[in-house]
Amino acid sequence: MIGFVGRKVAAMLGTVLVASFVIYGALYLAPGDPASLLAGGHEMSPAALAAIRAQYHLDDPFLVQYWQWLSGVLTGHLGDSLVFREPVAHLIGARLLNTVLLVAYASLLILGVGVGSGIVAAVGGRIADTAVTVTTTVLMAAPAFVAAIVLIWIFATKLSWFPVYGSGTGFGDRIHHLTLPAVALSAGYLAYLSRITRAEVRAELGSDHVVAARARGVRRAAILRRHVLRNAAAPVLAVSGITVAGLFAGTAIAEQAFGVSGLGSLLVQSAARQDLVVVQVIALLLVAAFVLVNMLVDVVNAILDPRLLRAREVG
Amino acid sequence: MTAFLEFDHLRVDVPTPMGPRPVLRSVNLAIAAGEAVGLVGESGSGKSLTARSVLGLLPGGATIAGAVRFRGTDIGTLDAAGLRRLRSREVAMVFQDPRATVNPVRTIGDFLTEVLRERGMSRSAALALAGGILADIGVDDVPRRLKQRPYELSGGLLQRVVIAAALAGEPALILADEPTTALDVTTQEEVVAILDEQRRQRGTALLFISHDLELATAVCDRIAVMYAGEIVEILPAKSLHEEARHPYTKALLRARPGSVPPGERLQIVPGTPQSGIEAPPGCVFADRCPVVEADCRTTVPLLVGGVACHLEVP
Repeated sequence: MIGFVGRKVAAMLGTVLVASFVIYGALYLAPGDPASLLAGGHEMSPAALAAIRAQYHLDDPFLVQYWQWLSGVLTGHLGDSLVFREPVAHLIGARLLNTVLLVAYASLLILGVGVGSGIVAAVGGRIADTAVTVTTTVLMAAPAFVAAIVLIWIFATKLSWFPVYGSGTGFGDRIHHLTLPAVALSAGYLAYLSRITRAEVRAELGSDHVVAARARGVRRAAILRRHVLRNAAAPVLAVSGITVAGLFAGTAIAEQAFGVSGLGSLLVQSAARQDLVVVQVIALLLVAAFVLVNMLVDVVNAILDPRLLRAREVG
Repeated sequence: MTAFLEFDHLRVDVPTPMGPRPVLRSVNLAIAAGEAVGLVGESGSGKSLTARSVLGLLPGGATIAGAVRFRGTDIGTLDAAGLRRLRSREVAMVFQDPRATVNPVRTIGDFLTEVLRERGMSRSAALALAGGILADIGVDDVPRRLKQRPYELSGGLLQRVVIAAALAGEPALILADEPTTALDVTTQEEVVAILDEQRRQRGTALLFISHDLELATAVCDRIAVMYAGEIVEILPAKSLHEEARHPYTKALLRARPGSVPPGERLQIVPGTPQSGIEAPPGCVFADRCPVVEADCRTTVPLLVGGVACHLEVP
């Protein structure tokens, strides 16, 4: 088990390292000159431009620049934003909480409502199954920005239950502000996970070992808990992990649509203004969050189903 | 006198696109307490379904006519709690493939003690009981086995665990549905020997389903031959070869590997196996019978004197 976790952590660090290279390389190749951006669009003398290029190490070879950036990131020196003229760490720190709350909120909705409705659809009889299937089909078909518009129209404009715009202050107010974005962000994923859960629970219900447990006279509730849900948990969790990890990237749309000040909206704004320093760090952060969530899911899955550990050792 | 286990004109219809069709046509069989009966016949003849009907484990949408009575109680009249009590205390089932029977993510100890714990036994007492049975049937290193999971055990060992789980509930009847088919040949004999020995010691009745006539005659007191959802002949295991009267039983006996000298081509039962759905309306074996007569195709022969055949009426 310790070896397994060790291998997972090593793989995670390797993935982030490769991602950092790709991210830096892609933005290095992107068109546009950071130096003229730094000049703020003013006509600058070649000497002033050269001074800026020297200050930001823009004339160094690619690998040297990459190494300087990476070692800076590793030691906590994220650099300054080209547009805001502020340390990237400040920009991100101010917005991180909103994004983490939004992702956590959406994750809870996905896991609670998605998994719950999937189980109900699988064991709750035909009417429940049909209701859940119809709902999830609609939700899966609607992209997040469409869901956002519909939600704003119904709950913010017509009913005035939730604010249309902004992030709020204080915990309760933030949650209130984040409800609609979280729903919009999670709807499609939630429906997807509901479908997966339903299929997995159905498959377990019909499996031989469940028939055998019934033949042994095990109570229905115990069969559902110990043999059906327990066995369906591993695949459902694997899909949930990827889904939740993917939410970090999905925050861009939800935050933009609802005017939430978070990492996703910062990423979109910075990319639009070619603020490469910010884009690099946020992109790396999103990758790291994705990989971290995936690793945690892998470890929990190995605890749930130790066959995975052995498959690794043999193979 | 009420029989221990009795199939009384048991008919089971399952839904098909053409409407309900019978998989079991008319099963008549009585098993005494402590008796071992072998149920043999080709695939699709309804052997497994016959055994499962004792536990009320029929496929969805199946309808039942006639009755299965266990100690005088019609299984069909039991409610969910009664059925659960029957399954956990009176009748145990050993399935074909132990790999599929045991939940792959739980430990052997969990599997063996699950039903005992539901009865209110403490965890340690249940583990001690289960461990004792495992040791009795020749499983070594019991404490470690109880902590292992199914994928860590061989098929033969896992089937012993399944048999131990069946014995742990101290049932009066064990239904063994081809318990060795999924095992390799060398472990088959060991597993059957364990089942045979344990049930004799405990006086447990056994319904033993098998394709293997030799195996069934070695373990059982009587053999019931099944074809297309009907029992066509019942006879003592000892005199199976000498006293077989039904043409199907005779054909099965000729088709055994031991019935021809080594090197010669094995005999087969002519035609293809039929299920209760496909069999003809009169005698179920009429389509494949070498001595079929006009009467056979129209009239269902009754199971009288141990055989259901028009040509054997005294």
